[in-house]
Amino acid sequence: MPNNRLTRLFQEKSGNLLNIYFTAGYPKLEDTVTILEELEAAGADLVEIGMPFSDPLADGPTIQASNQVALENGMSIKMLLAQLAGVRERVTLPIILMGYLNPVMQYGFERFCQDAAQVGVDGLILPDLPFAEYEEEYKPILEKYGLSLIFLITPQTSEDRIRKIDELTNSFIYMVSSASTTGSQVQTSEAQEAYFSKVRQLGLKNPLLIGFGISDKASFQLACTSAHGAIIGSAFIKALQQPAEVKENVRSFLQQIRG
Amino acid sequence: MKYGVNERGYYGQFGGAFIPEMLYPNVEELREKYLSIMQEPEFQAEMQELLRDYVGRPTPLYHAKRLSERYNTKIYLKREDLNHTGAHKINNTVGQILLAKRLGKKRIIAETGAGQHGVATATVCALAGLECIVYMGKIDTERQKPNVEKMRLLGATVVPVTSGSQTLKDATNEAIRDWINHPEDTHYIIGSVVGPHPYPDMVARFQSVISEEIRKQLLEKEGRELPDYVVACVGGGSNAAGAFYHFLDEPEVKLIAVEAAGLGVDSGHSAATSILGKTGIIHGSKTLLMQTDDGQITEPYSISAGLDYPGVGPQHAHLADTGRAQFIAITDADAMEALRELSRLEGIIPAIESSHALAALKEINAGPNEVVVLNLSGRGDKDLNTILTYFEQQDAQQ
Repeated sequence: MPNNRLTRLFQEKSGNLLNIYFTAGYPKLEDTVTILEELEAAGADLVEIGMPFSDPLADGPTIQASNQVALENGMSIKMLLAQLAGVRERVTLPIILMGYLNPVMQYGFERFCQDAAQVGVDGLILPDLPFAEYEEEYKPILEKYGLSLIFLITPQTSEDRIRKIDELTNSFIYMVSSASTTGSQVQTSEAQEAYFSKVRQLGLKNPLLIGFGISDKASFQLACTSAHGAIIGSAFIKALQQPAEVKENVRSFLQQIRG
Repeated sequence: MKYGVNERGYYGQFGGAFIPEMLYPNVEELREKYLSIMQEPEFQAEMQELLRDYVGRPTPLYHAKRLSERYNTKIYLKREDLNHTGAHKINNTVGQILLAKRLGKKRIIAETGAGQHGVATATVCALAGLECIVYMGKIDTERQKPNVEKMRLLGATVVPVTSGSQTLKDATNEAIRDWINHPEDTHYIIGSVVGPHPYPDMVARFQSVISEEIRKQLLEKEGRELPDYVVACVGGGSNAAGAFYHFLDEPEVKLIAVEAAGLGVDSGHSAATSILGKTGIIHGSKTLLMQTDDGQITEPYSISAGLDYPGVGPQHAHLADTGRAQFIAITDADAMEALRELSRLEGIIPAIESSHALAALKEINAGPNEVVVLNLSGRGDKDLNTILTYFEQQDAQQ
């Protein structure tokens, strides 16, 4: 089991965890590290940096658009890892890289893990990496470099499968709030409550963070009553589109959520 | 089958199901059930009846004498262009709509590029009385307006896709996103042998009626089931998958897969995936695809809207990798010349896609005693505007 910032965070703090997603190289190519530093200063517990892709299948319009802008800005895995070099002298919060498998494959999976671990990345979310392939081919590589892989579950994921995912995971489980792409509104339906409580009652060894459709203080707090914390993506991307300076946009968004 | 899919969903190193968890239950349900449903006698009976009385199968295997004379060999055209809706696409949509009904699905989604698969899906949805939503790149809705109108007339909702490059790959992304958002009541009818396992195998099985008929018809006409060559065009590769299917394990049959070279393989405007592509992941499948060094998927080019897909089905990637099929790239100009040639020699106006296969005839040099079966995947009616514009521009240049 990797002993990284991610696993330590969950040992130290058990609730109200705020995980913020943003796309590397968005809104401007050089904003990545600025946003990262500002998020730490403003009280995010962990961050998920999106590596932009031309065809982000699981993402809604907001994150799709941020991916496209970031690519036009010249962002790539190589560029991102170069920007993150030395970042550990300035930020301590756990960093997760999120991205689709194809760009990672082209960079070279092992080389990617090695370089990511070297700049201080703690975990990966690769939503289109299947389970069986992970176990057979990729798990030993991730372990070699001390990286955690975070899996998603949805309201349609069977109990059996959730238990398998729990076995394979060593940081947290990303609990998708409803059947949707990113950025859809979360409906607080009875069905969703039932899903959250069903998963809670499984007594999983890993903490749960709820993502998809968490957009403001109310939905964050609600999610925190059902899980250890929540992930905000699209709403944060929208906040970065505000006219103020990027640091100011980060600060005021976090104040809104935490305040 | 040596070149068929293995139990893990792979063809050699290609295939698999590289999908986000949100799609897993849908794809898993299909994977578990598709073979058993397809083997049910009632399913087979219903499908056979529709293929015969509704689609118009078997399609003729036509000995094209004047074309044969031109190339000094014996050429048979498998007339998929005579199917209802004008192409082979309906073989697959008929099968999948029957499957969707057995899975209890109420809502059908599809992607389309040129609109042929969209029309074939809208057609079977009308037949089955199911709701139909077709995703089509906004640029394609403008290029292929008559097909958009046909789909609407058939009662389908056509959604113009404005994300990404607004063409086929983005329409496919959007259909997949729709499926993520509707995990219970919706079936996604993919139009080609692409996407996560089991789609490439399922679509190939529905299209395999093409080669099943070829074997029977050739036996009647030639006294042998096996031709020397089978030639078919490849975008995603569904008509080729169907035409090759029952010949894959007959090594004496040469399989010729014809890709679109566009303005030339090295022109920067091409769709010759087997040459220009590298192994990667597209739409849930590990296969050859056109991409940048950073792994961003690029937009291919071909005059034919049905061949400009940046990937190729995983089985075709495997056939290219193992050398079981020979891949040939044909330019816009050669395809258009072949289109005019068939029109004038045989009185058949082929689709621009199929014209790429025709243009490969001069590359393969089949002998006078050899038998070539060429899969004429579709008819050219849908391409009339493109054809006229192309020849007008060509005349103006001369």
